[in-house]
Amino acid sequence: MELIADHISHRFGALEVLDDVSFTVGSGEVVAIVGPSGCGKSTLLSILGGLLQPSGGQAELRGAPPPDSLNPLTFVFQDFALLPWCTVEQNVEFVLLHTALSAAERAAIVGDALRRTGLTDFRRSWPKQLSGGMRQRVGIARALAVRPAILLMDEPLSALDSQTRELLMEDFIRLLADGVMGAAYVTHNLEEAVRLADRIVVLSRRPGRVREVVSIPLTRAERGDIAARGRLLALQSELWSLIRSEAIDAEREVQRA
Amino acid sequence: MLERPKTVVGSPQQDPKAVTRPVAFRGAGFAPKAGRYSGWIAIIGVIGLWQMAGSTGWVNPLFLPAPSAIALAIYKLAMSGALWHHVSVSVMRIATGWILGTITGVIVGFAIGLSSLARGVGITFISALFPIPKIALLPLLILWLGIGEEPKIATIALGVFFSTAISVYSGVDSVPRNLIRMAQSFNVPFETIVRRVIWPGALPAILAGFRITASVALLLVVSAEMIGAEFGIGAFVLQAGNLMQTDQLLAGVVILSLFGLAIGKLINLLETRLLHWR
Repeated sequence: MELIADHISHRFGALEVLDDVSFTVGSGEVVAIVGPSGCGKSTLLSILGGLLQPSGGQAELRGAPPPDSLNPLTFVFQDFALLPWCTVEQNVEFVLLHTALSAAERAAIVGDALRRTGLTDFRRSWPKQLSGGMRQRVGIARALAVRPAILLMDEPLSALDSQTRELLMEDFIRLLADGVMGAAYVTHNLEEAVRLADRIVVLSRRPGRVREVVSIPLTRAERGDIAARGRLLALQSELWSLIRSEAIDAEREVQRA
Repeated sequence: MLERPKTVVGSPQQDPKAVTRPVAFRGAGFAPKAGRYSGWIAIIGVIGLWQMAGSTGWVNPLFLPAPSAIALAIYKLAMSGALWHHVSVSVMRIATGWILGTITGVIVGFAIGLSSLARGVGITFISALFPIPKIALLPLLILWLGIGEEPKIATIALGVFFSTAISVYSGVDSVPRNLIRMAQSFNVPFETIVRRVIWPGALPAILAGFRITASVALLLVVSAEMIGAEFGIGAFVLQAGNLMQTDQLLAGVVILSLFGLAIGKLINLLETRLLHWR
């Protein structure tokens, strides 16, 4: 299944946020969306996930979702969005309650999602008892439980410390390794983008337009090699040179506002 | 007073004549904590002083009877059965009025919190009617509903309704939007979002509202009973005042205070059970 941004534009009142953005997230492909602050990355993801109606253009799906998928387009949120009155297990099960699954089937899916994210021992913990990294793992387990075709990840690591970010990045790489799930990954962190994405969509400053689409010429498995580090750094540097001047302008604009 | 100079071995570029001193602690205060027994000790102290003032004749017992006289009055009222009669009548009025006001308040509050139409209409009405002292409506309610229990219960229900509706829609508004968006992103149906996201998310505000409406109900039952009732704690307090039976008057006040405390404890218990996740 493919997710297509088809000439998407959006404005909040008089403020033009996105202008004619088009790209495709192919089946099993990871596309990172980067750009200066305020360029509309998160707005774009909300539109792609059907949580916001664009002012122009549309988000489209092409092809059938996997037959067992319960929610083909599934978000992983920056702020985790966990229900504080539910345990880890209940948070994951929450997204299955309205489906036709029996209690036993739900329990099996929840158990599997918790196992894949290393949360089995924390199934009865409350969100307030977990660290930021563990909370995001619950968010990932909840997403995995509905067997998505495409994950929509809105800066999922930005609220975490660098060590936790590194560990979760390894988790993402492992989860996306089989190429079954695709992802649209919004980030302001270029290192995350080059390590995780197959292609990187670079947006201009507001109103966000597609400035460039950069393909990463290495498989994710190859990117783990020490030999590939130099090439990744060069790519990162190339991306930064694309964004730098606009990031400075965007920051000045924020300060003026 | 200056301390004896100390030197630390290995520290760079140290002036041998420099004096070391501890960094002064500046972080004290602004974190008040109630002692476990301080409140009780204060109450016992005040009651003791009050009793002493009564026993030694410092104050006229007609104006301020001693705590022992009030306790005796409560005992006699309990033995005669009058206490239970008055209390049970008041409890029935409070319970009926509070339940009616709470149910309608919760329904209207949720409607205002969830529907644009209800919000547009409801907030205007509530803003206009909430400031009216509900006890002022009692004569009108007597005219409409006749002399009996109905106008008193309706007065309490009205008082409870407005505060409940306001606390419920404020509670619904305070549910983090990101949780609702999360549920929507998983295609969770509307009624499941209301039941499993909005209701528990609004519950802290709703329970805080219950605490206020319980006080409102207590205030209104006493006021309504003072205006037009033969039985009930309010009527009993008024009669005792008219007859200058200040020990009985204060017995009624003590019972009201205990009643308020009991309601507060009940709500604490509810919060502990329902909001344990906080």
